[in-house]
Amino acid sequence: MGTQGCRFGVVVFPGSNCEQDVISALRHLGLEASYVWHQDTDLSGYDALVLPGGFSYGDYLRCGAVARFSPVMEEVVRFAGAGRPVIGICNGFQVLTEARLLPGALIRNRRLKFICAPVPLRVEKSVCTWLDLPEGTVLTLPINHNEGNYTCDDHTLAELVEGGQVVLRYCLPDGTRPPGGCAPNGSLDDIAGICNAAGNVFGLMPHPERAVDGISGCTDGAGFFSAVVASAREVVGR
Amino acid sequence: MRHYQIHVTAKKGIFDPAGTTAQHALENLGYDGVRGVKIGKLIELAADDSVTADEVAQMCARLLANPVIEDFDIKEA
Repeated sequence: MGTQGCRFGVVVFPGSNCEQDVISALRHLGLEASYVWHQDTDLSGYDALVLPGGFSYGDYLRCGAVARFSPVMEEVVRFAGAGRPVIGICNGFQVLTEARLLPGALIRNRRLKFICAPVPLRVEKSVCTWLDLPEGTVLTLPINHNEGNYTCDDHTLAELVEGGQVVLRYCLPDGTRPPGGCAPNGSLDDIAGICNAAGNVFGLMPHPERAVDGISGCTDGAGFFSAVVASAREVVGR
Repeated sequence: MRHYQIHVTAKKGIFDPAGTTAQHALENLGYDGVRGVKIGKLIELAADDSVTADEVAQMCARLLANPVIEDFDIKEA
């Protein structure tokens, strides 16, 4: 399969700041990727969408709360509803939860500290169509957030676990998790990334796009995006 | 013109990191009797008389608060 045929749109809100990193990571892998402005309402030219990290609308009110009402979001909801792949990274994940495309919410880190560090993450067995990596794979990816503490009610957590919607968990470097949890931000059940029940909408706090070309010290993001791309191609049937 | 005060606080069972930290800080200062601190937001909203109470509640549920993690309480000032 060639590199053509999976056109990524990277949605840019006022205050997004990781869109160039995402575009650069995707192009590094030989993929077609272009920006989608938050006021655009025509997504017909795209096969997959990325909501990148940043501080959309200054993170005012709550992270992602205002971006969620941007004109483009109505179309993003429709796009996701049609089973097409949508991924939200960091602030993008927060936007997806605010838009109720993903359950739960991301609140302030338990120790009130902005965390910027590479962390080990465990790939869980999930229904996520974005990620085609074996269960138990440990990736090291950077996190960079103040509000990455995933939370939801007990019923939602049970649904996520039973439905195979937990995609990534924070773990120790050997892939295990201590009984008290090990999420640096206090995330419920060590959750770092989840998907919707259908598996096509995926949100995660870590930044794979910052770990592609080795400049930041790790390249696990490249494998991550290759897997994402392979899965996305399957989803769009090309 | 009507003036509303909207209090937004963490829902019961949702961890409030800022409140918990302030509570620990008060304990460190020697205040032994503190049994809970919750930190929320106060939103002051001014609206024309034509805006109904129902609409203000909708504004809270849709945007001003996130019902997944927050409760809101509306009082007309």
